[in-house]
Amino acid sequence: MVRRALLLCLAALVLAAPALASEERPTLADLEDEIICPTCHTVLALSSSPIADRMRQFIRARIAAGDTKSEIKEKLVAQFGEEVLAAPPKKGFNLIAWVLPFAGIALAGAVVGMLAWRWTKAGRRGAGTAGGDSGPSRLRELDPELERRLDEELARFDG
Amino acid sequence: MPARGKLVLQIAAVCVVGLLLALLGWRVASRQAGQNVAAGVERGSAPAAPDFTLPELDGDGEITLSSYRGKAVVLNFWASWCIPCREEAPRLQAAWEKWRDEGVVFLGVDAQDFVGDARRFVKRFGLTYPQVHDGSGSTLGRFGVTGFPETWFVDREGKLVGERVQGPISAEQLDRNIEIALGGGEAALGAAGGGDR
Repeated sequence: MVRRALLLCLAALVLAAPALASEERPTLADLEDEIICPTCHTVLALSSSPIADRMRQFIRARIAAGDTKSEIKEKLVAQFGEEVLAAPPKKGFNLIAWVLPFAGIALAGAVVGMLAWRWTKAGRRGAGTAGGDSGPSRLRELDPELERRLDEELARFDG
Repeated sequence: MPARGKLVLQIAAVCVVGLLLALLGWRVASRQAGQNVAAGVERGSAPAAPDFTLPELDGDGEITLSSYRGKAVVLNFWASWCIPCREEAPRLQAAWEKWRDEGVVFLGVDAQDFVGDARRFVKRFGLTYPQVHDGSGSTLGRFGVTGFPETWFVDREGKLVGERVQGPISAEQLDRNIEIALGGGEAALGAAGGGDR
């Protein structure tokens, strides 16, 4: 148990370290994938429009000035609005965009789990009924006409 | 699952799908509105100019387009990184100086641009008419602007008249369309091209 907790902490640290480094000392490539070119509506990395070139120049200058990734993004949002961010900020109404996919996955998982549980339960009940009842009791449930025909067929088979 | 729970789930699913369809419809309709405005100007049907309020480029105030009702407005969409915008800037300033006392207002809309770059552009070309900043370009879609520069003419009643000039505007185009906006000429059809994007 303790070993598992330690492993989890270690994994979290390993994953968090690059993210923290990217936040404190961002590169142009980090931001190029997270910023949208306002005229061509693609990420900066895929755009060669004049404004995209100017934005890259701005980002390089802010990196050289020691700004963090968040600070650079804030400055770009102040100039071009929130539409400039490739992913919506995790606050206010925009939270829906972050929460909805996970909520959808959780809901779908719950529905599938519930259906699987119901099918399994129904299957067990069916198997229990078929295996637990004795022959005569099953026969008693048969339609009299069917029972008569079955008897006839069996007699013909025996004969 | 109880029948009632199933019904609630079904209603919720229908509501979510309906909401997404409504969002899609709103998005398509708002994009179509801009195209309709542009098509209306090109047909000469004088559609109402979409109103907007934007911050002044050099100052703390805001300018609302409809506040110029009663005057003819030359609406010029531009950006500092747009090369053809540099070509037409002196012509716009000259026309502003020529028409400013005749009930004409020029309004520059600097869009999808850095404020600092735009201010430097205004200073470099000595533009003295009002300028607003639209960083996100929110007004472009409402007018159906497809590139920079683009110039539109609003008459005294707030209707878009004359030509929609795409690309650097000439002095003749400015004079001709300003006269139309002032009510002294016939609404021209069509659009001229040659802008930057």
